[in-house]
Amino acid sequence: MMDLSSINPVVLVASLMVAATPILLAAIGELIVEKSGVLNLGVEGMMITGAICGFIIAVESGSPVIGFFAAALGAALLSSIFGFLTLVLLSNQVATGLALTLFGLGLSALMGQGYIGIKAPTTSPLNFGVLGDIPLIGRILFSHDWMVYLSLALIAGTWAFLKFTRAGLVLRAVGESHDAAHALGYKVIRIRLLAIMFGGACAGLGGAYLSLVRVPQWTEGMTAGAGWIALAIVVFASWKPWRVLLGAYLFGGITVLQLNLQAAGATIPVELLSMSPYIITILVLVIISADRRRAALSAPADLGKPFHATS
Amino acid sequence: MIRLEKRPSPSKVWTYATPVLAVVLTMLAGGILFAILGKDPLEAIRTIFWDPLFHPQFSGFSRPQLLVKAGPLILIAIGLSMGFRAGIWNIGAEGQYIVGALAGAAAGLALYPSESVLIFPMMVIAGALGGWAWAMIPAILKVQFRTNEILVSLLLVYVAENLLASASVGWLRNPEGGGFPGSRSLSGWDASSNPELIAGTGMHWGVVAGFIAVIFAYVVMSRHLLGYHIQLAGQAPRAARFAGVNPSRLIIMCLGISGALAGLAGLFEVTGPAGQISIDFNAGYGFTAIIVAFLGRLNPIGILLAGMLMALTYIGGELAQFMLALPAAAIQAFQGMLLFFLLGVDVLSNYRIRIGARETA
Amino acid sequence: MKLKSLLTSAALAAGLATGAAAQDTTTVGFVYVGPVGDGGWTYQHDQGRLAVEAAYGDKVETIFQENVPEGPDSERVMTQMALAGADIIFTTSFGYMDATNAVAARFPDVKFEHATGYKREHPNVATYDARFYEGRAVIGTIAGHMTETNKIGYIASFPIPEVIQGINSSFLHAQKVNPDVEMSVVWVYTWFDPAKEADAANALINNGVDVIMQHTDSTAPQAAAQAANEAGGRVFTFGQASDMSNFAPSPRIASIIDDWAPYYVKRVGMVMDGTWESGHSWGGMPEGEVVIGPITEEVPAAVKAEAEAMIAAITDGSYHPFTGPIMKQDGSVFLAEGEVATDVQLVTMDFYVQGMTGEIPQ
Repeated sequence: MMDLSSINPVVLVASLMVAATPILLAAIGELIVEKSGVLNLGVEGMMITGAICGFIIAVESGSPVIGFFAAALGAALLSSIFGFLTLVLLSNQVATGLALTLFGLGLSALMGQGYIGIKAPTTSPLNFGVLGDIPLIGRILFSHDWMVYLSLALIAGTWAFLKFTRAGLVLRAVGESHDAAHALGYKVIRIRLLAIMFGGACAGLGGAYLSLVRVPQWTEGMTAGAGWIALAIVVFASWKPWRVLLGAYLFGGITVLQLNLQAAGATIPVELLSMSPYIITILVLVIISADRRRAALSAPADLGKPFHATS
Repeated sequence: MIRLEKRPSPSKVWTYATPVLAVVLTMLAGGILFAILGKDPLEAIRTIFWDPLFHPQFSGFSRPQLLVKAGPLILIAIGLSMGFRAGIWNIGAEGQYIVGALAGAAAGLALYPSESVLIFPMMVIAGALGGWAWAMIPAILKVQFRTNEILVSLLLVYVAENLLASASVGWLRNPEGGGFPGSRSLSGWDASSNPELIAGTGMHWGVVAGFIAVIFAYVVMSRHLLGYHIQLAGQAPRAARFAGVNPSRLIIMCLGISGALAGLAGLFEVTGPAGQISIDFNAGYGFTAIIVAFLGRLNPIGILLAGMLMALTYIGGELAQFMLALPAAAIQAFQGMLLFFLLGVDVLSNYRIRIGARETA
Repeated sequence: MKLKSLLTSAALAAGLATGAAAQDTTTVGFVYVGPVGDGGWTYQHDQGRLAVEAAYGDKVETIFQENVPEGPDSERVMTQMALAGADIIFTTSFGYMDATNAVAARFPDVKFEHATGYKREHPNVATYDARFYEGRAVIGTIAGHMTETNKIGYIASFPIPEVIQGINSSFLHAQKVNPDVEMSVVWVYTWFDPAKEADAANALINNGVDVIMQHTDSTAPQAAAQAANEAGGRVFTFGQASDMSNFAPSPRIASIIDDWAPYYVKRVGMVMDGTWESGHSWGGMPEGEVVIGPITEEVPAAVKAEAEAMIAAITDGSYHPFTGPIMKQDGSVFLAEGEVATDVQLVTMDFYVQGMTGEIPQ
């Protein structure tokens, strides 16, 4: 007999928001990169680099906020290596992205050697006063730290940017057809480089959220595959910002739920629970892509193709 | 003003010269990294690139190890390269590698302790089928529902890892192992073992399979209709359709071949060098093979060489770690740099660098 | 090694060495499964390596390799270490078991020590492990006293005997001081994934658990508990593998530390004086291999005294944490009144004791 009454759905939602924030941040950055027509598989490497840059600077400065800035900057710098190789030297994006992950994992471990076992300065939840005491909604909406809200703002901002601004239109045009965009006089390479660095910065923030808020400590390889999940979320979301939010929260939600089910003593085989986030993500994906109307494949047409101005 | 001008066809000279240039550049940049870490750069680079091949004390052992390490990488990369050429992105070879090993091991262990000579061949077939079946999931989903294969194959890696864990602590656990995780020893059971074929060479059935795969891929890509279809689909999808290429069949073929080869690699590994199913049996070969495939420029011979080069940096890196106390992270960063340079200088074989103002055409 | 012996002779000639006889440098190799920077399992083994260096100074040279995957890579690394002149090699992960024995067969003059395994196929292979369940008995006792919700949680990695021993030991002792206690076990199916460990801790806390034990190495559960406490909760944790004193005095109220230093120093010494022999060592509190870190003032004095008494009793051998009567979960007898579990019974443990809910994943 299962007694699952000890699982509190409100608390569950509040904790899935925290659990999903790193992949949400990384995924929204990668979405912009892919919208510009570039596939960067180095998200894991940029996240872990952000995790250590943010940690070092937060510890040294005592301020997590400065740490997060450093994380964004460090990971954006790393991503510019990718940008230089793929955009200027026209190297293969898939292979360069994988190399970036390898390099990032090594580099971060080297940088972090003196920072093992140290505690990071705390990032506290924002205080919303009475709002936090509203039943249900208070706990879900008004109990988090500022990065959770920033990640939500980034989703909204990205959506508005792509939908309403001219720059967003140009970015999408570059991703759909770089040759046409180039013919219209847009600086394809410059736009893509900016997109890549924005993606790097977001991934860095996601990594730093792990090392500064969620874990919070530095250990080698601590992202443990979160970057790959972020990549999966982007495809899952069919390159739409709000669906990135949905995908990340769904994935985070199932992960948190399966652990809660175990803690509550549910008699479901553990290995089944443990693989459930991946299986359910695949199933949802199949359902989405099976819908013919929506499946006018929303992937940017020039995704992953190298651009070389011939004229 | 520096700009690039596309060559009509890749430069022959640069195709051979760029890898050498990349290695030299990596030695320079890596040397700086090692010097920053307080190590003698020359000694470090000699240890990584030279000692595994020629050190009087180690090379006798480490030279054959190159094949052991490169074998699975080459086998998997060959399969992946065919799909990559057609624009079919199987990123989940790691999962197919695991499931191949699991299927092969399960098939063999079901007949334990028989000593029939048919067991090993049957396990090989089961391994290939296991990897193939795991790759068929993204293939069929893509054909039926247009589901993105990058995502599905990648997510299935995590599912496979969970299967592996539950096999090691549950359904494949050695009943005589006193509750410890891990299957019976497959390398220690004569009927299932994949031993070194010629003593002191590191050559086992997996390496043989790797070489056969290289030849097979070379023939298919250059002489067979399938190879022509693959190249056409990758370069001009629309033209391919007019030429009678059936995209669904191509997806099934490419994912099937790469899955089966990854499954084979897993099977040869679990019956040979690894020896048994264990929780941490997979060591990332499926991901490294993607890099190998691209380093080899998706060309079978190139993949053979790229696999050997990767293996060299792994083995040399290990030597450097304990001889010079270089941290593993430095080796990882060094490998990353090598890849950056290899990928970066490739531009020279496909483009000419022009300095000066653009001529008016 | 040759260069080192030259240096040693030079040092001898200069009259720096105190020993009477000229001694070769002993080279000690370590093979690690994780990075030295994992802050847990591998970190503690590396502390042991440093202790060997500190104890013998110039007479030893230590070499190590981190992040060595189990399987063929480990076999190669061990072979290369043996070729490099290592006199003794410690292989510090269960998955190195077959590789250790295979390499040992090829290098009969090199000593091999394999952690947490049981295979000793050659006279130059020894095995060693630590009785972590002794420490778990102590923190289980503290947990039983400290819980107010009568729910204690356990973050477990994989269902293998060592982990199951830990769960049973802590539950038995919590139950002894608090008959109403219940234990929730969350299996995370990983040794190392800080984010998942944090989620697991939160899941336990959300389900009413107020004391968390962990068999994974990161401090993520400690941080989760601290965050819950800052939000007005009352959750306690125990440091695992290393002391995790950053989270003292609360939520971390004690810790269970792996200390390999005494064993490594002893065994390297035996290699030096030629008395090394194969065998299995399963040390615990008496040998100083399992240490309970400082118990903080959050723990009432009476409870602390009880825990310290138990540490003393285990250390002097008068108390064994698995002493009957103990029933299995299905109600059958595991140990009769007064019976003490044998080592074989412990290392093959694959069942929960009576009172545990849930099932061990199979």
